[in-house]
Amino acid sequence: MKVLRSGFFTRLWIVCLLAGSGSAMAAEGPIRVGILHSLSGTMAISETTLRDVMLMLIEEQNRNGGLLGRQLEAVVVDPASDWPLFAERARELLTVHNVDVVFGCWTSVSRKAVLPVFRELNGILFYPVQYEGEESERNVFYTGAAPNQQAIPAVDYLREVEGVERWVLAGTDYVYPRTTNRILEAYLKQQGVADEDIMINYTPFGHSDWQSIVSRIRAFGSRGKRTAVVSTINGDANVPFYRELANQGVRAEDIPVIAFSVGEEELAGIDTGPLVGHLAAWNYFQSLETEANQQFLERWHAFTGDSRRTANDPMEAHYIGFNMWVSAVEQAGTTDVDTVIDTLIGVQVPNLSGGMAEMLPNHHITKPVLIGEIQSDGQFFIVDQSEDLIPGEAWSSYLPGSRNIIADWRPPISCGNYNTETETCGGAQ
Amino acid sequence: MVARSDPRRPPRILEASHLFLLLLSLLAGTALAAAPEEGFDAERLQQLGERNLRVVEQAVADIAASGAPESLEVLLALRDGRLYRRQQDDVIVVANRVDGVMLYNDPLLGTLGEPLAEDEVTVIRVSNRIRRALSAAIASLSLGSDDATVRLAAARQFIDSPDRDLLEAIEDALEVEEVARVRQALEVARAATIASDPGQPDDARMEAVERLAEAGTSRARRVLLSMFAEEDSALGLRRDEAVAVIDRNLARWQRAQDLWYGLSLGSVLLLAALGLAITFGVMGVINMAHGEMIMIGAYTTFVVQGVLRGISPALAEVSLLIALPVAFLVAGAIGVLIERTVIRRLYSRPLETLLATWGISLILQQTVRTLFGASNQRVETPSWLSGSFEFGQLMITYNRLAILIFALVVLAAVILLLTRTSLGLHIRAVTQNRKMAESMGIRSDRVDMLTFGLGSGIAGIAGVALSQIANVSPNLGQNYIIDSFMVIVFGGVGNLFGTLVGAMTLGVTTQLVEPTLGAVAAKVLILVFIIIFIQFRPRGLFPQRGRAAE
Repeated sequence: MKVLRSGFFTRLWIVCLLAGSGSAMAAEGPIRVGILHSLSGTMAISETTLRDVMLMLIEEQNRNGGLLGRQLEAVVVDPASDWPLFAERARELLTVHNVDVVFGCWTSVSRKAVLPVFRELNGILFYPVQYEGEESERNVFYTGAAPNQQAIPAVDYLREVEGVERWVLAGTDYVYPRTTNRILEAYLKQQGVADEDIMINYTPFGHSDWQSIVSRIRAFGSRGKRTAVVSTINGDANVPFYRELANQGVRAEDIPVIAFSVGEEELAGIDTGPLVGHLAAWNYFQSLETEANQQFLERWHAFTGDSRRTANDPMEAHYIGFNMWVSAVEQAGTTDVDTVIDTLIGVQVPNLSGGMAEMLPNHHITKPVLIGEIQSDGQFFIVDQSEDLIPGEAWSSYLPGSRNIIADWRPPISCGNYNTETETCGGAQ
Repeated sequence: MVARSDPRRPPRILEASHLFLLLLSLLAGTALAAAPEEGFDAERLQQLGERNLRVVEQAVADIAASGAPESLEVLLALRDGRLYRRQQDDVIVVANRVDGVMLYNDPLLGTLGEPLAEDEVTVIRVSNRIRRALSAAIASLSLGSDDATVRLAAARQFIDSPDRDLLEAIEDALEVEEVARVRQALEVARAATIASDPGQPDDARMEAVERLAEAGTSRARRVLLSMFAEEDSALGLRRDEAVAVIDRNLARWQRAQDLWYGLSLGSVLLLAALGLAITFGVMGVINMAHGEMIMIGAYTTFVVQGVLRGISPALAEVSLLIALPVAFLVAGAIGVLIERTVIRRLYSRPLETLLATWGISLILQQTVRTLFGASNQRVETPSWLSGSFEFGQLMITYNRLAILIFALVVLAAVILLLTRTSLGLHIRAVTQNRKMAESMGIRSDRVDMLTFGLGSGIAGIAGVALSQIANVSPNLGQNYIIDSFMVIVFGGVGNLFGTLVGAMTLGVTTQLVEPTLGAVAAKVLILVFIIIFIQFRPRGLFPQRGRAAE
């Protein structure tokens, strides 16, 4: 056993050595950018688009002279919606292909699967999707929304503009909805909402028989107080849910549903009739009328050769993330991982809604919050936009366990979960 | 009546004008008093396209109050997303589909309209806030409609959001209303308006509370809960009492409603399991590709709808009826093909059959994914299947009712086929004793082929029905395969009546457990229940007896 293991480590060491010398030799070759998105399996619907937008950004960068006088080369791998395979493919990108940066992952579980790999091999991962927070890693840059950039502002909008007083928190039964709802419940109670005015409901993945749940929501909403549903329902279960709402006569004017996982891509190709008027909270909508967005859409449609191809929030996150990385590499004059990680903090690049996104010391970025109402053409009518950009919070201040935790990757703290009370790193349990 | 003498009024509104006359006289005491003299003008119309939602809201109210005959048309168009801004001159136009062509007309000119290209107009979007303002405005305008359902919707809108300014209009409408259910709704609306108005005398409000208590609906309950009444006053006490009575009444209805949901879920399970009841139940083939036959049926519906849309949009209403036989044939043919090429070689080797059909199911899924793409396909619901009706306090949706009836019809057809036709006789003979049947001159391999085709075809027509409630995606079948096996094993393999009872039992149990324990726990509980049940009755509820059981 012992012999075997040492043999394995020797080999690993040789591989690493080769890999190291490989990257040294390749200094004048292209800079490699890894793309780790599922192109087959259940997540392919969402993730294929992200691969396409990365290819577009890399092509444009090359057309404009590349980076540091070198060309960029995309290395695409397919983790096939299979979580353990994400870790294997990540390892392949970092050791076999020697990529300088990776853009990838969609679900939280796939991100959690690759974390140890990026830590061990010291890579950079840009993660573009809104998530539940409660995490900050040195090797990961979170360009999607943290809960305080999506869920909390969405609830504030409903409270202030729509005058909602009763809340249904409906979600699919897994980590993202459970954590988000825990934060929202704590937040609502802090705002003085009574226990009996909050209804929490979880359903299995792909739930399709919504009759009794919708009927309970209808009953819950007929107490003379304005009621709204905050939905973290995932994927395929959404369409039957909205359809049942419409069939039972629940209109968006009566009980609006605000969703955090329903975007343009999900609405493409379904009958949007029953969804009209329901809301979504994102940091980007395709219907933004800014010049930056119009230009981006033109390039996107030209690149894909399809003028009806939709754009969505995680695409903008990759757009921002890629430009931040390019800018940091130019500033540092090298693609060296440690230097780039340090340089990235404080980098500012324009986003598509007309502001400047900044990479914060906790590896999250600043974002505007937009509230949109679904229209019959599958686009969103933007009814509210935050005045300022909101900085992403890695650790929620509404949860008792993470109230005193902050993330700051600048010295002297250099820690992803620093307890400000005990002044120690690793205080989160 | 300013509007009547307006020279710009379009001729096609003539026949409706007497309605507006009536309406105007109804509103005369209230809304019209505050209205500008000359109806609504171009400026108000322009304001509907403003970005500032407050301005739009005000414009909607002004247009409704103006009493101009075009008001309702404009407001309905805005609500339905048919109001556009013409780009060349920024004029607001209403779109109407005439003979399949979109025509855009200026409501102030009243012309029939002109066809415009999609990029020459921009649609005016509405938010929920505007939609709420629109519902109120449209309701007040449609009290005088000659369509009873429109008047009923208006009356319900008044119950949902009582407005004391509309009391007179409601009372006037009550005087001329002849349809009983609209009268009833209007009376509740009148009671709701009086009860929620603290300015009314106490005895009138008391009477209104009585009326609402009598109505006993959840709508009335909401009015009672939101009306203002002093805590310990006679009115407040009576209100609390009325709410308690309605609550008890509604709780009873809720149980009936859960039972209905259970039957509805049961019918979906039954429909999904029927094809498998033949391939697995009668023939004994562990058919893991059964779910994919359902999926193929659903995709057939999608394709049939696409083809019919190309021929004539009017056929959309009957597309499901046309899809039924097509789906039966397509899924049946694929079933026959599978039986001829694979399953025939594997009879009496259940384990290999299981693996082979599992492989086939993966192949079929990937084929569909390659042909149609991984994302959901849009299957349209004909108008006669959308919406719901109320039976007492029961809310019954048309699509679920249709599926329940359809499942029972298919079940009856299959039973008839097996017991009353010569094919059915052959099928039963072959499954009971193959050797004996063969020696009586039955071509058993042909019967096998037809039986498997029949089971697959029935799965195909189940797919047509399920396309109305599930997502049409390559994964559609996987969602039903486990449930289908569960129903058949629970009901008793080879017994169609057992399939019916099994499906309904599982459906009703799930829906009765779900409200208290949640959907996730309900699912777990059902599985545990079946595991325990199978320990005691391994052959299900209705086991086959006699030699056929071997």
